[in-house]
Amino acid sequence: MSKTMTLTLQIWRQRSANTPGSMQTYKLEGVNEHMSFLEMLDVLNAKLTKDGQDPVAFDHDCREGICGSCSMVIDGRPHGPRKGTTACQLHMRTYKDGDTITIEPWRAKAFPVIKDLVVDRSSFDRIVAAGGFVSVNTGVTVDANATPIGKKNADEAMDYAACIGCGACVAACPNAAAMLFTGAKVGHLVKLPQGQVERRGRVLRMVEQMDHEGFGACTNHRECSEACPKEISFDAIELLNREYMRAQVTND
Amino acid sequence: MDLNAKIPDGPIEGKWDRHRFEMKLVNPANKRKYNIIVVGTGLAGASAAASLAELGYNVDCFCFQDSPRRAHSIAAQGGINAAKNYQNDGDSIYRLFYDTVKGGDFRAREANVYRLAQISVNIIDQCVAQGVPFAREYGGLLSNRSFGGAQVSRTFYARGQTGQQLLLGAYQALERQIGAGKVKMYARHEMLDLVVIDGVARGIITRDLVTGETRGWVGDAVVLATGGYGNVFYLSTNAKGSNVTATYRAYKRGAGFGNPCFTQIHPTCIPVSGDYQSKLTLMSESLRNDGRVWVPKQKGDTRRPEQIPEDERDYYLERRYPSFGNLVPRDVASRAAKAVCDEGRGVGPSKMAVYLDFADAVRRLGQNVVADRYGNLFEMYERITGEDPYKTPMRIFPAVHYTMGGLWVDYNLMSTVPGLHVLGEANFSDHGANRLGASALMQGLADGYFIIPYTIGNYLAQAKLPKITVEHPEVQRCLAGVRAQTTRLLGIKGRTTVDEFHRELGLVMWDYCGMGRTAEGLKIALQKIPEIRARFWSDVAVPGANEELNPWLEKAGRVADFLEFGELMCLDALERNESCGGHFREEYQTPDGEALRDDANYSYAAVWEYTGEGSAPRLNKEPLEFKNVKLATRSYA
Repeated sequence: MSKTMTLTLQIWRQRSANTPGSMQTYKLEGVNEHMSFLEMLDVLNAKLTKDGQDPVAFDHDCREGICGSCSMVIDGRPHGPRKGTTACQLHMRTYKDGDTITIEPWRAKAFPVIKDLVVDRSSFDRIVAAGGFVSVNTGVTVDANATPIGKKNADEAMDYAACIGCGACVAACPNAAAMLFTGAKVGHLVKLPQGQVERRGRVLRMVEQMDHEGFGACTNHRECSEACPKEISFDAIELLNREYMRAQVTND
Repeated sequence: MDLNAKIPDGPIEGKWDRHRFEMKLVNPANKRKYNIIVVGTGLAGASAAASLAELGYNVDCFCFQDSPRRAHSIAAQGGINAAKNYQNDGDSIYRLFYDTVKGGDFRAREANVYRLAQISVNIIDQCVAQGVPFAREYGGLLSNRSFGGAQVSRTFYARGQTGQQLLLGAYQALERQIGAGKVKMYARHEMLDLVVIDGVARGIITRDLVTGETRGWVGDAVVLATGGYGNVFYLSTNAKGSNVTATYRAYKRGAGFGNPCFTQIHPTCIPVSGDYQSKLTLMSESLRNDGRVWVPKQKGDTRRPEQIPEDERDYYLERRYPSFGNLVPRDVASRAAKAVCDEGRGVGPSKMAVYLDFADAVRRLGQNVVADRYGNLFEMYERITGEDPYKTPMRIFPAVHYTMGGLWVDYNLMSTVPGLHVLGEANFSDHGANRLGASALMQGLADGYFIIPYTIGNYLAQAKLPKITVEHPEVQRCLAGVRAQTTRLLGIKGRTTVDEFHRELGLVMWDYCGMGRTAEGLKIALQKIPEIRARFWSDVAVPGANEELNPWLEKAGRVADFLEFGELMCLDALERNESCGGHFREEYQTPDGEALRDDANYSYAAVWEYTGEGSAPRLNKEPLEFKNVKLATRSYA
């Protein structure tokens, strides 16, 4: 039979961006080990609603680790203790009866809190809008197999493209840098022939936008890649630095 | 209700070409004078918004997620079909067309499906040009795999994340247009009504999910790409936010709803583990390429899977369907799983599961090859269940996954309300009564990249659209209606949570309108749903206020619509006295338990018309003609 547990939850509550927040403590009984972390929060919210209290707002959608909505720091670690796992895929069998768990939002200047655990990550969209694309209009007629791409490059491009844009890298970084996120997009496109034409302008514009949004700079703590639920390699940042340097000294 | 599908004349191969020539064009310099509203940013919505903006139209684009990149297309795993015939295995546009019509159990419109198959090849070209990192062979060329319901390898894929990569391609194209100022993007905005003025769709009402502000928007055309309604079952593989609200409210404003009962139950999902469960997780159908499905021969066998010897296992798909084996279409595989569980041969703690076993594949290919193909899916399974599929067979069971029904559209993707266009899963689509694997991504992108950019021009070039503003009395009337509903929901202050009502509705839908349906059961559901709805409106607990981020208020509005829409689904299922594809009426089956169609009486699309609150919806019919594919009983044996 499945085990149940009683937990103490310490959760960041903040009514809106303009009101100060604080940690609040909740006791939750009857948590089943097979529940996901978010299902545990559903149970807490049902209880709070029934008790006439305000439930805890958190972003979530697909609940299968791919949409990148969920965004909470669990016991000091973005998405919680399990490597390569989003909060929605974390299951309560990771915990034991009597545990205390703290839950906080992403904290970064470029990710202002909207309410409780929900933050505004539109800065990521603006970084992509600055250059994270190939400028090709709909209607291209070149056959898909006209340009062979070596499997190694294609696989590396896919490794970078796997980023889900959740922002855990920023939340984990002591400087709130977005270099893993930006580097992953630059890396995805630079590994492919289609990304070559705009290679220089892309990295310059994306980095400029990143700085403009108020993200910090990388000082090699490597926490980002450690926290990344898709395990995007820290190489993305080395690649970003290299591409940025190259863009400053070349003209193509 | 006018159901003229406007299918172009001539042989099927030339219809789309001819139509493209005959359609009216909007002069490039005039395109910037038009404003188009696009709701939804999944594959269909993002590709449409980006492509329309590239042509020069001004686009206002909306999504309820915090970023357009998070639309639920992102979660599609397996792949996208295209008739490229790169594998030289006999594929062709005609074969993809034929497979899709047959797979849909002959309840789709031939001309639309043929166009879809034609366009499929352009989609792959487009996506590669955008930098979508499809899987490749060592020679650098694109790799393909086979998928359920097909005997050729025509599926393109990007690991187990094809939907993510295709959506990011469309999202990046969209962000490029946002950066260029041609698309204005409104994330965390939910559409809550359609504005119809003088019979023409001219705008929408939205609620800003952060501030609670409701406001009207007007434009020259409205495009809905708001996805499917599988969450009417509460438990499904859909994202938690997926809902019927945009399409249902358009239905209440006059758009006909096509085949609402056609839902797809996907055979390979992780079984339900408890009543706290909030969603079901799909394991890609591609797993059936190498995994073997079985249950014990003996009822009530409680041994562990590895203790059950080979000759005491029933590989029932291979036994019943020797030529397709584990690769039969989704509806067939799902019903077969339900049948063995109903016989008492199900496995796992709930006994509502079957094994999907990779032991043979690991022996034949080695663990490395299996890991290369399915590694991320195995990890996902392990995270959710705590079991390692390399060592012990996966347990799977069918779950609601996709809805073939949706707003009725003509060949131009326009609904029965002029100016309202509907794309992707939100329309009643090209999939008939059952969708084949890897066809949803194909359809969403075909609609958005390659159909709507042409057909919307044809509409705009001919429409007479007087200039209006948000001050128009009809916009104000719709705004007042939306605000009144919000006030009403917040004012009930009952004792039952929104999720409790949703779960209750979902159970009724699953029991009576799920994998097996009967007239008797559907009648019970039609009594229960209004009863739940009445309790909802007197006892729902919606915490918080309007003027803040309030996920419970959002959800309450969506569940209120599901509580009406569920009834429409049951009505449609009751009216269709036949079995076809995902719609299985237990009264209509062959002696072997296969779906029994009634082509003489039900070869039509059922299109429901709203006739007002408390009044029964009216059924209209679009007859389906099959001139190219011969109607036949589907056989996968």
